[in-house]
Order: sequence, then C-alpha cells, then structure tokens
Amino acid sequence: MPQAELNADQTMNNGADSTRHSSHSGLTPDEKIQSQRMQRRRKFIAFAFVAPLIIFVLIAFVAPIGTMLYRSVYHPTVAQLIPDTLEALSGWDETGSELPDQTILNIFSVELQHLAKERRSGKLAEEINRALPGSSSVIKSSARKLKKLEPELLASEGGAKLLSLKPQWQKVEIWREMKKSGAIFTDGFYLTALDLMRSPEGNIVPRDTQIYIKLYLKSLKIALLITLLTAIISFPLSYYLATAPAKTANTLMVFVLLPFWTSLLVRTTSWIALLQTNGVVNSFLESIHLITEPIEMLYTQFSTVIAMTHILLPFMILPLYSVMKGIDPSYLRAAMSLGAKPIPAFIRIYMPMTIPGLSAGALLVFIISIGYYITPALVGGTEGQMVSNIIAFHMQSSNNWELAAALGSLLLGLILALYWIYDRLVGVSNIKLG
Amino acid sequence: MKALKRFGAALALCTAAVPVMADQFTAVSFGGAYGAAQQKHMLDPYMEKTGHKILFENYSGGIAEIKAQVESGNILWDVVDIEVIDLERACSEGLLEVFPHDTLPPGDDGVPASEDFSPQALSNECGVGNIVWTVLYAYNSETVKGGQPGTINDFFNTSKFPGKRALRKRPQVNMEWALIADGVPKDEVYELLATNEGQQRAFAKLDSIKDDLVWFDSWSQAPQLLNDGGAVMVQSANGRIFDAIQSDKKPFEMVWDAHIYDLDVWAIVKGSKKKALAEDFIRFATSSKPESGMQEVAYGPTRNSSYKYVDKAVIPKLPSAHLDEGLQASGEFWADYGESLGEKFNEWLLK
Repeated sequence: MPQAELNADQTMNNGADSTRHSSHSGLTPDEKIQSQRMQRRRKFIAFAFVAPLIIFVLIAFVAPIGTMLYRSVYHPTVAQLIPDTLEALSGWDETGSELPDQTILNIFSVELQHLAKERRSGKLAEEINRALPGSSSVIKSSARKLKKLEPELLASEGGAKLLSLKPQWQKVEIWREMKKSGAIFTDGFYLTALDLMRSPEGNIVPRDTQIYIKLYLKSLKIALLITLLTAIISFPLSYYLATAPAKTANTLMVFVLLPFWTSLLVRTTSWIALLQTNGVVNSFLESIHLITEPIEMLYTQFSTVIAMTHILLPFMILPLYSVMKGIDPSYLRAAMSLGAKPIPAFIRIYMPMTIPGLSAGALLVFIISIGYYITPALVGGTEGQMVSNIIAFHMQSSNNWELAAALGSLLLGLILALYWIYDRLVGVSNIKLG
Repeated sequence: MKALKRFGAALALCTAAVPVMADQFTAVSFGGAYGAAQQKHMLDPYMEKTGHKILFENYSGGIAEIKAQVESGNILWDVVDIEVIDLERACSEGLLEVFPHDTLPPGDDGVPASEDFSPQALSNECGVGNIVWTVLYAYNSETVKGGQPGTINDFFNTSKFPGKRALRKRPQVNMEWALIADGVPKDEVYELLATNEGQQRAFAKLDSIKDDLVWFDSWSQAPQLLNDGGAVMVQSANGRIFDAIQSDKKPFEMVWDAHIYDLDVWAIVKGSKKKALAEDFIRFATSSKPESGMQEVAYGPTRNSSYKYVDKAVIPKLPSAHLDEGLQASGEFWADYGESLGEKFNEWLLK
C-alpha cells in the first residue's frame, strides 16, 4: 500500500512538473490548445492509475469508519420503537421523583403491546437494560402478558395494569432511562467509553464500573513497550544488515522476511508451544537445572509483549534497514578522520541520519500494536487484554455495537492525537519507508 | 420443423425435470466433533432422503452475525444451531422466525411431540431443542495432586488441590460456580446473582483463587490446556472432554457436581428465503433417530423416544443422566445481566 501511494504520488508529481513546463509563454494558440489537451490527458491517465486505489480506500476504509463514527452517536432505535410514549414523556420532569401520569402509562402500554405482537419488545428491553440491568426481563415479561389483553382496555387502564405486573414499573428509574434513551443523537456511548455517565440531574459523573480508561492506558503502555523493544532489537540488526557484504545481508534478510510471510496464527500458536508450562522454554531451563519449577509465562502480559514484538519486528527492521542502506559510510569516516571517537561519531553523525527510518518503524509498530486483537486474545490471558478485546466483546457477545463504535472511534482519535504530537516532535516529513 | 419438434420435446423434458430438482439451503452450527455428528446423523440422511443440498457452515455462537444479516436484509443463513442463552434474546428481538411446534412429528413410538420432547426443548416459540449439553469441570488424573476432586468446592480449594485452573473468560457459569462453592443452594443462585451483594460475593470467591486461574476464549482450548499441563482442572463443554477421553484415550475425569446445563436449539433466521424447507429440515433433524446420534459426542437427545437408540453404556455419560446434580443456565438472567456483569467481570479481571 505505501508503495502504491508512492507511485501515485510520483505520477501526480510528473503531471505537476509538465504543467509548469508547458505553461511557458511564447506558444501559438494552436500549440496552447494542444498542450492543454495533453495536460488533460496526462491528468486523466494519472487519475486512472490511482482510481482503483481511491475506490478501494473509499469502500474498504472511509465508508466503514464513517459508519462507525456515525453509529456511535446516532441511535434512533428507541425513538422508532416507542414514538408516542416519548412524545408524551417530553412533558414529564425526569429529575423529580414522580412517576409519569396515568395517560402516559396508558400510551406506553398500548405501544408495548404493539411491540410484543410484532416481536420487537426484545429490542426495547435490550436498550433499556443497558442502562438499567435487570429491566430486560421486566419489559419482556410485561410485554408477553400485555399481548393477550384487549387494545381498547389498555388505552384506558393499561397504565394501572402495567404497574401491577412488575414492581419495577413503579420506580422512576425505568421511565427516566426510557426518556433518556429516546434521544436520537446521544453522547451516552462516548461517556460510557470514558467511564462516565450522566446523573439524573444531568451532570457528568464517574460510572460505578471503571474499566475502559484503564484498558486504554494499558494498551498504550503495551504498545509503547513493544515499540521500544522492537527498536532496541532492530537497530543493531539493521545496522549489521546494512553494512554487511551483500551476500550475507541477503541471506539474513530472508530470515527477517520468512516469519513475515508465515501466517500470523502460526506464529502466535508457536509462541504458545514455546511458552506454555511444559513448553520448550520451561523444559529447556529445567533440563539445565536453572529452575526447578516451571515459570508461568503463557497467558501473561509478558507473553503478549514478547509474541507481538516478534510479530511486529519486520515492520521496524525494513524501514530502518532501507534508510541505513542509503547512508553514505563516508560521513562516519569523515567524522573520525576529523578526530571524533567512534562512539560519539556514531551517536552524533550516524544516529540522527537513521531517524526517518526509526520514526517510520516506530509509528508503524505502535499503530499496529495498539489495536492488536488476535495475539492478545490467544496468548494474553487476563493480564494481556487490550482495548481491542473489549471492542470484540461488545460486538460479539453483548451486542452493544454503538458502544463498540464509540470505543473504536476513541481509539482512532487517540492514534490521531498521538500522530499529531509525533508530527510536532519528529515531523512526519521525516518519515521514510524505503 | 422436425428439429423444432424435437427441440420442443427436449424443452418439455427439461421443464418436467425442474419441479423434482433439488433445492439448496444453508445450515450453521458449531463445527468440531459436534458438527461432524450433526453432519452424519442429521444433514447427510436428510440430503439422501430428499435430494436437497445443505451447505453446512461453522460459527462460534452469539447473535452478532444473525443480527448483522437481518439488519442488512442480506440473509445468508437459513437454519442455525443456537444456544438457549442467545435464543431468548434473538427471538424477542425478532431475529428468528416463529417455529410451528404443532407440526413436529411424533416420536418413533407414536408419542406426540408435545409429550415426547422435554419441556425445555419447546419452551421458546422460535426453535426446537436439539441437544442437552453442559459445562462442567474436568481434571487430568495424571497431573492433579491431592487426591480426586469430586465437588465444585474442590475446584475452589487450592490448598488441597494445588495447580492452575482454567476457566472460560466470561462471567457465565463462573459466577454461578463461585456462589455454589460459597455455599449458596443451587435454586437461589440466580436470585442472589441479581443483587449487588450476590455479585460481590461471587467475585470475592473468584478472587480467592484468582492467582491460580488461567483464562481461555474457546472451548477447543479446554482439553488442550488439560493435556499440555497449562492447568490441572479445566472448565469445559462435556462433549470436548468426552471426545478426548474416548478418541484420544486421555487420562481425563469429568466432575458432574454443579454442572451448568443448557440446550442447543435449531432455529430459522428471520427472512430466510427457504423457510418452508428449513422447517422441514428441522422436523427431520429433531425426529427420534437423528436426535439419538448426538450421543456420539456425549450430548443428550431432547426427546424420550430417542433413548432406545442410544447405547446403554453411554447413557450415564450424558448430561441428561446428571440433571439432579446440575443447574440449568438461565437464559432470562443472562439476558438481563449479561452485559452489565460482562463489564464488571472485565473490570474485575483488570484489577
């Protein structure tokens, strides 16, 4: 993908260059028209080259992310399920301790019966249950019971009927949640994703369950650690590769690329085989009598970090290597011939020149690792959980896609923010991929 | 003219052949040994009998995929094998078709379906019970120290039975076990778990063995953990352990105390274009003979008339023979508290 972008850039640049050349004065009108035609043709060709990429990016990247961002704030489900009740509730004061009056309850009972007949009461139940655990069964069982009654009867005394079905209806909380979740656009999912909630009075207060901030911080920590480790490991290796004779370097390069071409799952599961209690590492350590009891390595943060470091290593080595390859060794020789000691010369002359590669690698590794899913899920146990795992939980088991979208959007925001800081510190123009 | 006639005749032959031509639909289940047993006893015989073709796919449970299909109107699956915990939710959200229970055939012994099936199998209007399966814990008799564990208390007793225990990383079953091991009678578990105190109590009990817990995400990891020494006791779907003992001759033992049993159900995705065919398949798959084939993976049939086909030696190893020791998973409770407890559980894990 970076390569493709690069090519596209070049084509565009060529186009721009030719524009500059042909706009010289001293052309006959005929020549002008012809050159303009040429330009248009070139532009069209350039566009035709990048069009597949643009279409692909739009379909595979922009559209899903856009939908995700939209889904995290747009939530019309409840508003579509009980429109009449919500309209009636708009006049009710949710900050007080009074129940909505009888006519509103009647309207709701009619709507609930309607939902039960269409078998959509479960949707409402799930929505309300999200804010008020335990409401799901209240709504569903009431809906089941209301289903059998006459609609006319409900219109006049459905409210009283409802209150007698379950004691929860007599509490103000459930009505409050109903009104609150009726809003079509909501910031509620973002608040939840930040461990916050709106109190009945409308203030933003911390939630009882504090989980998501911790997870974000942990993911950040793990991602930074992995970036650091890959940098430490890759730097000397890339340096050696860049300075070694071509034959050795090429052979070694195969060893770098070989794992890169191996399936991710294979690499992750082989770490399971290595690290497990009776695995290769433990039995080796035991056989040389270094330890007597196997060390617990799998299903820890340690295993997540080490497996991900290994998996992401090529992303660091490749940009570093290509940048180092382009550094003229005569700079270092010149520094030393001018009297610099080898180590200061290396640090002051050579290292700054590797920054473009190092920063490209660091950015790649960091961004890939912060949202990593499969490796933490397989080898992470509890300690190694990252934010992606909780997003998967909300997508697959709790079915709270809106919260998953909010969490995902925050993750995206976090990465963009870090990218911005990074741009401030290092400068994105300094990045070199090859 | 003659040629045209011949062509017409050929065309007539073709169209005449169309009505008996086979139709095709998609069924989805959990794969593994269980999926293989379904293929062998339910799908293959049905395809042979009717000539229809069934595409058999795997999924890992949950309702996310069904929801995505119904919401987008792009229905790819017709028949799904779904856990009762999810069924309740999927049905009340209108993601599944209502199944006409009165069209189910009577058992081979002539007992009408309504009496032949266990009541739980027909308790939901959207599906028909397919198997009784259960979550229990098993230990490796070669690696476990301190004797033979026999109760759920032993699972939580790390001083008598040292070593790692593996649990599936979710609140379901774990919360129930924690309370039962803490002395709560089985029939009060769900009532107590609905309260804050009950939840605190369950987490406190889990806390007591937290350092010895190993977590996994998919049932297939359970026998593997037990085998490679990752844990001395694991929570598992009974069929997985049964299969490891039966086919791989592993030294595993199952502990039936406080097992949490549940049903798997055949259901039809809302909006399926092959609804009639799907219903016909479910009627066949849940009839006495195909049902009895599920014993191969130690999952119990849901109708009485199937038992006469089940090997007598296997019956004690089926969950249906141990219902008294177990507790039925409450779909209603988990629909209510699945998400909030899921969050609290994750919070607890992070502590």
